[in-house]
Amino acid sequence: MDKSEKLALILSMMLLSLFFGAIVYASMARNIEVPTCITDVEPFLTDTLFQTGPDEYELQMVARMWAFQPSVIRLPKGSTLNLYLTSQDIIHGFKVERKNVNLMAAPGAINYLQVTFDEAGEYKFACHEFCGAAHHTMAGRFIIEDDSNEPETAE
Amino acid sequence: MNTDNYTFQFSKSSKYLNSVLLIIPMVLLFIGVYGGLMQTLFRAGIIQSDPFVGGDYYKGLTFHGVLNAIVFTTFFAVALGNALIPYSLKKQLNSKISWTSGILMLVGSVLAAVVILLGEATVLYTFYPPLKAHPLFYVGLTLLVVGSWVASYNWVPMYLEWRKENKGEKTPLAVVGMFTTFIIWFIATLAVATEILTMLLPWSMGLVDEVNVMLARTLFWFFGHPLVYFWLLPAYVMYYSFLPKLAGGKLYSDMAGRLVFMLFIVFSIPVGTHHQYMDPAIGAQWKLLHGIFTLAVSMPSLITAFTIAASLEYAGRQRGATGLFGWMGKLPYLDKENWFFPYLITGLVIFIFGGIGGIINASYQMNTVIHNTAWVPGHFHLTVAGPVLLAFLGGSLYMIGQFMNKEIRLKGTAMIMPYIYTIGLFIMSYGLKIGGLKGMPRRTNTGASYANPDSILYQPDWIPYINLTVVGGVIMFIGIVMFIAAFFTTVFSKSRPGTDPNVSNVTFPISEPLHDEDAKWLRNFKPFIIIAIILIVLSYTPVIIDVLQATYGGSVPYSPNSPVPLR
Repeated sequence: MDKSEKLALILSMMLLSLFFGAIVYASMARNIEVPTCITDVEPFLTDTLFQTGPDEYELQMVARMWAFQPSVIRLPKGSTLNLYLTSQDIIHGFKVERKNVNLMAAPGAINYLQVTFDEAGEYKFACHEFCGAAHHTMAGRFIIEDDSNEPETAE
Repeated sequence: MNTDNYTFQFSKSSKYLNSVLLIIPMVLLFIGVYGGLMQTLFRAGIIQSDPFVGGDYYKGLTFHGVLNAIVFTTFFAVALGNALIPYSLKKQLNSKISWTSGILMLVGSVLAAVVILLGEATVLYTFYPPLKAHPLFYVGLTLLVVGSWVASYNWVPMYLEWRKENKGEKTPLAVVGMFTTFIIWFIATLAVATEILTMLLPWSMGLVDEVNVMLARTLFWFFGHPLVYFWLLPAYVMYYSFLPKLAGGKLYSDMAGRLVFMLFIVFSIPVGTHHQYMDPAIGAQWKLLHGIFTLAVSMPSLITAFTIAASLEYAGRQRGATGLFGWMGKLPYLDKENWFFPYLITGLVIFIFGGIGGIINASYQMNTVIHNTAWVPGHFHLTVAGPVLLAFLGGSLYMIGQFMNKEIRLKGTAMIMPYIYTIGLFIMSYGLKIGGLKGMPRRTNTGASYANPDSILYQPDWIPYINLTVVGGVIMFIGIVMFIAAFFTTVFSKSRPGTDPNVSNVTFPISEPLHDEDAKWLRNFKPFIIIAIILIVLSYTPVIIDVLQATYGGSVPYSPNSPVPLR
């Protein structure tokens, strides 16, 4: 191995270590995580939204061909949402625009992520895994409101 | 070995077989490419149903994916092995075995293609249950894979015999590369074979009621990521073996090539869960472990970037270049007689962006931003439909000329095609990637909803990017049409005058190394295969346990056309 080759090898390793360090930093210091394995939640196939604390809500959401239940969710600004997602039939996908929320919905498994909405506005979401002939119509939105009305959901 | 004049006399039967293995997939590739063009039109809302084949966006997406990414690539990898292994080892193929392999692959591919075109398998190339395809779709894919296994069994005794006869000699690098490709392929396809044969096929035939969706998905991605190295490695074989010589130089380091292939064996499989970062039922810590191995598997590609760039620099200086970057201008970019070079150099430039995108995708939390958005097809078109496709097209044209003993026709068209295709590819991928960052989903017929001004789901800020994919897609299609013209004009032209096609010899532009080291520790596959198996067991055991513990109930089959289960 000649000198330049060794140098390239060392630089590559340093670069990859830097990337790895960034991942660990984001995970440990900034608490940005990916979904993990959930075993302590009862399987559900109906959707519910309830308040669990001041500014804290729990939503159990069901994806099915070809709609999210619920598909419109109103929450007050500053809400932290514990979002549980499953599928009633086949695999679906769920991504909320402008938010780090991206989940797969699979039948026979529950997915989970926590998200906080600090800014009012509309956050659309769309199914992003092929789920049959009308996949492209499967979408919904969060409506985050300034004046804290009662949270509600709609089909 | 003096590689300048070395030629090898293939048996008539293997020349004939290899030509078939190149020509038929080229037809299937073109059907798939047509499907790709239609998808850009669907997504922009220009068409609502396929004008020629019929059916919707999703049927087109299925045959685009299956024919281009699975069928064409598998055939080419087998054909390249069938060419380079006998050539480099100076041994004939066993023609009974190679024909058995070829026939299995052809029957399987045609079966799968027909079922898809009849609309009985609109499940996309990932065929995630509980969407169910016709059983013959699964049978077809199985035959294709088994056929490719049979082809590689043919090479093993040739190699063992060669090693016995050539004790202490280094295995030719091209042979190391082809065996690496098929070792990875063999280990990876064991998982998908398990998924298909024990889960999906009996379930689709009604012998079993339910499948575990998450387990099937995990087995698929055990196969799904090494699959991309099965695509990439034959291209790497051509980068290491052919490119330096085509550029007029030598391979900078022979040892680097060997190290790269061994690193691929070690790290390309225990990484599949990075496709499942957003999935339920898999612990985040195991996802992170697969993420670390994914960063490790980018190491051999970084080494390759250096080695190939250094080889090209050497070639440029041999051609009289001076200064730090002068060599870049001295390479044979537009030489009609050296039409193969553009196929490899354009792919390398594209792969810079493909590689960066891949590291972004693999970077754990960052995957949240892009997972299943249009960014993802934007990324993998810069890999499998970039360096891989271009190298495979160049390789196909070169080999068809050799095996059929033809002079390449329309050389100018063939030479300029990679540049045109590359421009189209960059435009299309830019549209997909930026659209994806704005939230546009992949695998979605946007033309019928998000890109339709009359729909309540209309997303005006995605439109410019969707339009870019149409422009890029059309240019890519024009590039492919140019290639198909050159390829089939060559196939149907007369053989070289004055030569007997039955005795003509085959040659390949095999590069000599500039730096050649002994590297005894890199000469044996076995230790690397053992390390790979250990890493696979360590990284996949906890994932499978998580999936089995955290899932409940099985899934009955569904058709893509109805929310009511099929039984």
